[in-house]
Amino acid sequence: MNYELVIGLETHVELETNSKIFCSCGGHSSAKEPNDCVCPACSGMPGMLPVMNKKVVELAVTAGLMLNCNINRYTTFDKKNYYYPDLPCAYQITQLNHPICTDGVVTLKTSSGSRDIRIKQIHMEEDAGKLVHGGKVSYVDFNRTSVPLIEIVTQPDFRSAEEVVTYLNKLKSMFRLGGISECEEGAMRCDVNISVRPEGSEEFGVRTEIKNMSSFEAIEKAIKYEAQRHMDALEFETEELVQETRRFDDVSGKTFAMRNKETEADYRYFPDANLMPIIIDDEWLEKIKANKPVAVDEKAEDYRLAGISDKEIDMLISNHKISKLLDDIVSMGCNAKDGAAWILTDCAGILRKDGKTLNDLTITPEKLFAVTNMVDKGDINRNAGKKILIAVIENDVDPIAYCKEQGLDKKFDASAIESVIDKVISENNQAVEDFRNGKVKALQALFGACMKELKGAGDPAVIKTILEEKMK
Amino acid sequence: MKYYTVKFDNGNIAVDDTILVKDAVSSAGSKILEGFKPLFSAEAVTRLENKGYKIAGKTHVGEFGLDLVGEFSYYSEKEDTLKGAASELVASGEVKAALGVDMNGATRRCAALSEVDFLKPTYGTVSRYGIISCAASGEQLGVYAENAAEIAEIMSVISGHDEKDGTSLKNLSYDYSITDASGKKVCIVKELMEKADDETKAKVNAYADTLRKSGVIVEEISVDIFETANMAWQILMTAETCNNVSRYDGVKYGHRATEYKNIDELYVNSRTEGFNFLTKAVILYGSDVLSKNRYADCYDKSLKVRRVIAEKFEKLMESYDAVLTPACSKTVYEKYDIHEAFGKVFEESVFTSLANLIGIPALVCGGIQLMSKHFGESTLLSLANSVEKEGK
Repeated sequence: MNYELVIGLETHVELETNSKIFCSCGGHSSAKEPNDCVCPACSGMPGMLPVMNKKVVELAVTAGLMLNCNINRYTTFDKKNYYYPDLPCAYQITQLNHPICTDGVVTLKTSSGSRDIRIKQIHMEEDAGKLVHGGKVSYVDFNRTSVPLIEIVTQPDFRSAEEVVTYLNKLKSMFRLGGISECEEGAMRCDVNISVRPEGSEEFGVRTEIKNMSSFEAIEKAIKYEAQRHMDALEFETEELVQETRRFDDVSGKTFAMRNKETEADYRYFPDANLMPIIIDDEWLEKIKANKPVAVDEKAEDYRLAGISDKEIDMLISNHKISKLLDDIVSMGCNAKDGAAWILTDCAGILRKDGKTLNDLTITPEKLFAVTNMVDKGDINRNAGKKILIAVIENDVDPIAYCKEQGLDKKFDASAIESVIDKVISENNQAVEDFRNGKVKALQALFGACMKELKGAGDPAVIKTILEEKMK
Repeated sequence: MKYYTVKFDNGNIAVDDTILVKDAVSSAGSKILEGFKPLFSAEAVTRLENKGYKIAGKTHVGEFGLDLVGEFSYYSEKEDTLKGAASELVASGEVKAALGVDMNGATRRCAALSEVDFLKPTYGTVSRYGIISCAASGEQLGVYAENAAEIAEIMSVISGHDEKDGTSLKNLSYDYSITDASGKKVCIVKELMEKADDETKAKVNAYADTLRKSGVIVEEISVDIFETANMAWQILMTAETCNNVSRYDGVKYGHRATEYKNIDELYVNSRTEGFNFLTKAVILYGSDVLSKNRYADCYDKSLKVRRVIAEKFEKLMESYDAVLTPACSKTVYEKYDIHEAFGKVFEESVFTSLANLIGIPALVCGGIQLMSKHFGESTLLSLANSVEKEGK
């Protein structure tokens, strides 16, 4: 018999915020030692109250907009009760009854064509801490407690492991572009709900849930293993399938049932009275919408039309900060293709010399545009532009003032260049003579002297032409 | 009687042991928080200190404020006649005022028995930052003092928006002005009078007579919401308390059992040793009303009841400025066994639960209780002042 695979996904994504979801502790990525990023609130001391981090709401709404969800204007938090040492309050603050986003859809392009995956809901919640086991003793590290998460829950719309991985890759690009999450290793965790049914059947088969996987490779392997296990059970009656929670063991490549005790808890959810309902009014929603980046595909297409290469598009799409910088200078009047080169080649090159990457780029769009604009208007040449860019990136100078100060602009006007060339010719009689006698190399030496005198200003081609003409 | 768990020199304001004072042991009367020293003070404490008031010390309180008047503190000595520590301290004149957390009426019963004033303010007007929280949706920090004017003075210091408390309302200040009460209309609740003993009834009637002398109109009417309000609040309060005290697990601070083989035993043994019988009963009750099978009929229904009762009370307040009731059924409580506590507190809370459930202000004065609509503190203080003036 042919079987159809039915999969639903719950994906937890850690949000890119400067502080935790309910307190002002910094994100745990800045932590060096265990319990570096901890305060009385996120370590569950009495007397402290959770205070909502607005940025979390904005990022969750942005994710909802990107996944075509309804944004619920009234959203509330609930407490989920369970005991574990990494959960300092013995409850997790999450959303059950009024999640922030519902009923979205995301379209996937896979080898079998275009597929719509329905999003059931997106909700906000806090992460738990971490246990560190050392011999007979276990230690608790609260750095990760109260780090903001969103959980994206799909309908059971996936029909293959390939679709799941395509979806996860798409979420990853979207969330990077949206500044929602860098989705680094461990910052994106999945629970996979899986069942198998005879092809053509409308009824769902017995469902199992594989918990807490973070590598896409493992997710794919786990789905394939679990699907085969279900099919074998149906086809050959190798075992009786039961609804249960399982974990995937990366080493053996198999899934194992978790103890009932870990799965059959009554979490006694109820509303959190410490957090007032959040009302998202039109004004706030419009503000979030205005800052929302366009969808990944649309964005890539825009860049392609502007003549940006595929490799550059990939770099831009996966880095929200950089694509936003480009969009900003383009909106000021910079050509998109040139802008991409300035950022991805010039800025990246300057940073690389100091062992840094584009993630360390702090230049403002205004300053970058000032540089590109001077070049575009012909006030300075590209070399001079790059010189200014180095000074801006390294010392945060004002580009226009720096240009004047260094005399990069003045030397570019034709008369200034001519007088420099005249000076070089008069000071290098021997070389001029050699050139006139047919020694081509001599031209290079004279040209070098001019460039040195001009400190890199001026268009090299123009300088060469003038130089040659003057010596004829 | 011993008042303090921690005492400081030259103070004029006492705070109960559920309110945090930086570096002073704060245990909410419970063994589970034995030796717990907070890293910060409650917002109300900080505001008082900034205005030049000085904390006199921390007063005994029943474990998590769950009992009648503080009789089941792990730290206090057992007395035959039950009295509140903070209220007695104010009555003795040793301090100008005291702060207490009103979660299930204990503070109001203490004030009634000690015959001092206590105001449980409108929900959201005083920051809950730095109180050892049990029932977040209805607890409020309030003030004990000798008279209405003193309460108004302290309230104007501690109330107003605090960004550290998500339930704190946005207003920066509130009206505590004391004005002429003549012409105000007050109703006595028949159903609650029937639940009080003769001495208490006589107190309420005498209070009503004094109000009338000041030109206040007082009439007895039937208001059929108190029993339902009590049931709803006991459900919400036990559920929220069960959840909020679950963080006391022996892992991070406070009491940890010495005998345990694994994490489950560490939890169970620490909590078995750390909580008294009343708290355990509250935890079990609260856990039950939140369980899957009971949630809809208990917890969720109580939330609906809260809305309906709030509307009914609002309607009542269209005809009256305040409600006059007993604050408890008796004028004296005798020592009793802790196994009876859950039922006893439940019965006595019929007088106090409404104010916690719907967040209205309640003022205990002269051994009785006055309640008004949200932000009606000025009305309550003015009524109390008119009686206190007569008494002089």
